[in-house]
Amino acid sequence: MSVPINSYLLVALILFCIGLYGALTKRNAVVVLLSIELMLNAVNLNLVAFAKYGLFPHISGQIFSLFTITVAAAEAAVGLAILISLYRNRNTVQVDEMDLMKR
Amino acid sequence: MSGQFIAFFVLALLTIGGAVFMISFHRVVHMVVALAFTFLSIAGLYILLEAEFVAMTQILVYSGAISVLMLFGIMLTRHDASEVQEKKSPVKWLIRIGVSVFFIIVFLGIQSVQWSDKPADFTAKDNVKEIGVQMFTNYVIPFEMVSVLLLVALVGAIILAKKEAEEE
Repeated sequence: MSVPINSYLLVALILFCIGLYGALTKRNAVVVLLSIELMLNAVNLNLVAFAKYGLFPHISGQIFSLFTITVAAAEAAVGLAILISLYRNRNTVQVDEMDLMKR
Repeated sequence: MSGQFIAFFVLALLTIGGAVFMISFHRVVHMVVALAFTFLSIAGLYILLEAEFVAMTQILVYSGAISVLMLFGIMLTRHDASEVQEKKSPVKWLIRIGVSVFFIIVFLGIQSVQWSDKPADFTAKDNVKEIGVQMFTNYVIPFEMVSVLLLVALVGAIILAKKEAEEE
């Protein structure tokens, strides 16, 4: 008897909701990036769970999650580079003060 | 109550606890440390799911690289940054209601699906070897595309972060 897939999916769902809430409400841009990483992690957990317990279990779920991890790392690097460049120009890391295109 | 259940409960508790602390802490550095715990516990969940290679990648990339990268980002911008407690705004309540509705809909969706009761057994074969064989036969084109993507992200990040320094 192993842990049912519902438990893994529930943990991933809670993680995704916390990440969504953080990405929408937090004002610090670094924290928003961290919340997006949390959401990507929840998706990875789903993919690996489906690779073992899904209707058609196959190892390709793990390979998909490896690709997602790679893309997430690239996204974090580029996001932080944009953040540092913005900080040099505008001297702020708050999301609601980044309104260059609204003026 | 087998050992697998106990391990799952402890790891799930650590995962969700780290995420909740990430949301509720005020100092940004503390948030990153809490999230590092979450990433480590997710690696433990991967080991429970018999995905050892993904677990090792998770520890290397997330707990190692991304946490340190985020700490660098905080130290390079405003190292004493903290989330200021703003007033209760209607938008925040709207977001809370939206996320709750999303949670309930997806939860009902998960409960209503009949999942297969025959899990795959990955312990029979070498996990790393299986992933390697698949990666270089079925998924060789995505693999090469990802290498190009990483190169572009590397060059792009350097150019984005460096350009302003030359103008000073």
